[in-house]
Amino acid sequence: MLNILVCVKQVPDTTVIKIDPVTKTLIRTGVPSIVNPFDAYALEQAVRLKEACGGTVTVVSMGPPQAKEALKECLSKGADRAFLMTDRAVGGSDTLATSYILSCVYRKLGPFDAVFCGKQAIDGDTGQVGPEMAEHLGIPQVTYAVSVEYDGGELKVRREVDDGWDVIGIPTPAIITVNKTDELPRMATLSSALEANRADIEEIHCADVADMDMDRVGLKGSATKVIKTFTPDRTKQGVKLEGKAAGDAAKELVALLADKQLIS
Amino acid sequence: MKEFQAYQDIWVYLETKDGELRNVGLELLNPGRRLADATGEKLVGVLIGDGVAALANTVIAHGADRVIVVDDPAYGWYETERYTSALEELVARHKPSALLIGATNNGRDMGPRLSCRLRTGLTADCTELGLDEETGHVAWTRPAFGGNLMATILCPDTRPQIGTVRPGVFKKRPADPSRKGQILAETLTPAAPMSRLLEVLKKDMREVVDLENAEVIVSGGFGLRAPENFSYIRDLAAVLGGQVGSSRAAVDAGWIPQAHQVGQTGKTVAPKIYIACGISGAIQHLAGMSGSDTIIAINKDPEAPIFDVADYGIVGDLFEVIPALIQELQEYRKRQ
Amino acid sequence: MSTFVLNEDRLTLQKVTREFVQRYVRPVAAEWDEKGETPLELYRLAVQHGFATFAWPKEVGGLGLPFLYQVVITEELSKGDVGIANTLGATSFAGRPVLDSGTDAQKQFIADIILKQGGMGSFALTEPNAGSDASKIRTTAVKSGDEYILNGRKCFITNAPNAQFFVLFAKTAPERGHRGISAFLVERDRPGVSTGKHENKMGFRLATAGDVVLEDVHVPAENLIGVENKGYGLAMKILDYSRIGVAAEAVGVAQRALDLAVEYAKGRTTFGQPIARHQGIAFKLADIEMRIQAARSLAYQAAELADAGAAGFGKISSCAKAFASETAEFATREAVQIFGGYGYMKDYEVEKLFRDAKLLSIFEGTNEIQRVITSSYLLK
Repeated sequence: MLNILVCVKQVPDTTVIKIDPVTKTLIRTGVPSIVNPFDAYALEQAVRLKEACGGTVTVVSMGPPQAKEALKECLSKGADRAFLMTDRAVGGSDTLATSYILSCVYRKLGPFDAVFCGKQAIDGDTGQVGPEMAEHLGIPQVTYAVSVEYDGGELKVRREVDDGWDVIGIPTPAIITVNKTDELPRMATLSSALEANRADIEEIHCADVADMDMDRVGLKGSATKVIKTFTPDRTKQGVKLEGKAAGDAAKELVALLADKQLIS
Repeated sequence: MKEFQAYQDIWVYLETKDGELRNVGLELLNPGRRLADATGEKLVGVLIGDGVAALANTVIAHGADRVIVVDDPAYGWYETERYTSALEELVARHKPSALLIGATNNGRDMGPRLSCRLRTGLTADCTELGLDEETGHVAWTRPAFGGNLMATILCPDTRPQIGTVRPGVFKKRPADPSRKGQILAETLTPAAPMSRLLEVLKKDMREVVDLENAEVIVSGGFGLRAPENFSYIRDLAAVLGGQVGSSRAAVDAGWIPQAHQVGQTGKTVAPKIYIACGISGAIQHLAGMSGSDTIIAINKDPEAPIFDVADYGIVGDLFEVIPALIQELQEYRKRQ
Repeated sequence: MSTFVLNEDRLTLQKVTREFVQRYVRPVAAEWDEKGETPLELYRLAVQHGFATFAWPKEVGGLGLPFLYQVVITEELSKGDVGIANTLGATSFAGRPVLDSGTDAQKQFIADIILKQGGMGSFALTEPNAGSDASKIRTTAVKSGDEYILNGRKCFITNAPNAQFFVLFAKTAPERGHRGISAFLVERDRPGVSTGKHENKMGFRLATAGDVVLEDVHVPAENLIGVENKGYGLAMKILDYSRIGVAAEAVGVAQRALDLAVEYAKGRTTFGQPIARHQGIAFKLADIEMRIQAARSLAYQAAELADAGAAGFGKISSCAKAFASETAEFATREAVQIFGGYGYMKDYEVEKLFRDAKLLSIFEGTNEIQRVITSSYLLK
């Protein structure tokens, strides 16, 4: 039996974000909100473990009320219950504050045998909340997991390293952050999706969490400050060979590269 | 602004693997050196591992003023808790102003654990480092939103300031064996580990993709239309002695393993030559390869954004251009 | 409930279907189009995800979705591949007479085949000499004790090559014209049932169609669906409803063609600018869009009338079927034109859409028949 908490984030689909060519700012309108793809893999691993060993999968997200959509999607893909941590006071939290808040939520909803997170969110790309949450809770962590098994005693996690994998044993409870795995996150069925729409998702506010230190949440609890954002400009004035037969273009390119001594 | 007089020096954590220095640590000595020179502090390398003491001179040769060495069999395998505690203890003893860690899997495993324990700020996956002119804090710049946006981040109220920095972004300074520096051996009580290593699985070496150290990378994208067409990419890479990369689209389509992915959620690379074939050049891809010395793009669509970052572009059908290019390269070699 | 503003459930169904199409349908559609067969693995996956039975009542394991919801799902599936959408739709509609008029045992039987075994159903009405005029069918069912003995040949039967059961129409009283037709549940493995080789079609190639041949097929009397000699009404009722499905398929095909054309027109450059900037192309896109909007509105209207059980919905479903299928033909033709030479190549999806679209104005009652139906309402 494993009771697993999965932390998910609703993110803009960064693959369709575009830059306004004039203002050089992000165009966010019309960009769909999705479940962070790595979190979807984490959920899939958690649901598979539950199916193999019994137990429950609880999902939690921190964000505005519309993040319930992401939670419903998780319910349609195998999660048993869902909670949304939502409160004005948590706005502006960096990873240190976010992980503190989520560790409070863990204590409120727990006990759990494991926490699963995606290796990082595709908007912030920090990958810090999982390990920091583990630190707040004083429990072990394994990051970049590609598979997780449970033998009744400890979790056996296959962790990606550069030239292969480390298979790591950790006692429960532990936090595991999941990379893309061979098992694609399952799809909802029409029926599970409609059922999830009917689900009641409970909101958690700061006041609901005993002993939450309000100095450690939101902007106040954040150790980092963003002082500037800008869009990268990478344009170059290169040589473009256009409207030429493949053989001619290839010949010209090789000549250009040879000229610059880029090939030998 | 708070006073951080007690916190001095720029630290670079030098990750090791099987008793060898990883490139990224040496790369970080370069921006580390610049920061230290700008603030008038020392640049300190931190080496932790088993049998790593001999590497200290290399660290000095690449720019460090001092190397702190923890050489102990207890640190043979990177274990999160043991390594985190080691750095925690070293920070407590020496109080650095800033700590740079390579954004490898291990670096990004340890960084947040450490920063959280020290209740300080961590900026992940930085690609530019500087000093904030007004305050003198380290200005950590990093991509977000899939590389669409860059953010500059400070850690104003706590010390040390910590950041993980992408491998491949900075170039190593050339080694100067005549450089002099101080080596400081530290002895620590290893913390009890929280996890244990059960097994080490090595990838088949033929399958190991070392994009970060490759001098030439040939990448394929969705324009290949089918997984078997990666043979075109492999053939061209073979001729150039390069590695095979790919766009996220090709990985998502299941055409090639994720280890080949270049981009925001894949690897950041900076080879001498990067050839993008059938890759449109989504921002998230550009974020991972625009630091390459020479970029060559082959794409059917003349408007593809990849041409904006390319030094050389061929507008054409890659299925014709690549074979022609291979032939031309072979002929060029014969002539030489 | 608003017809045109999708509520949460319809948006959810749309999203789930899109994801399914994206992950499972699109990657294999071209390959199976080339083969001209139904990808059975994909079919079973679709069944598992609810795409064969969303219209069926909850009691037999369906979702009991109203027509308005069915249109949303069918449009999205058809944007992936209209052949697989039609294969699933044909199974669903084959079950309809059983669910409406059959016995509990019959209902259980077909529900088990579909939901437990991932099997397929087939609605067998058309014959070589009875297409548009279905009352002229010649297949006979002669009562003999507590059995019927069936003989005859059905043609162009969707799913015939792969179906595990047929809902098959035969004359029980040949002298009585359409009042002498009965419906039977015929299992594929019954002796005397065979299916010819499936037709090599222009489009809809992920849907198979072929002959069903009946040679002295003994069928127990309990396989009669509903009342003897009342089969024609069952068939016509299904056709009224299935036209809404065809309209939805047509909207999907048209929309996909438009989506591809818009994307292409923005990316393809001639004379120094994207072809979408040329008004000749931009107007084409606008013309397709207008017709799709109208076609979808008609499909929604027909669905809503069907859900309300409103009299005269048959007229609107005929209008919707004919208009939407002609919209699909128009949209795919113009999309191919916008793609120019590329659009004529099999490497480009619009080529397939162009072929797929043609059937929509032919099957489930040709568009001429739809006009007969529509005008007969006017001339009553």
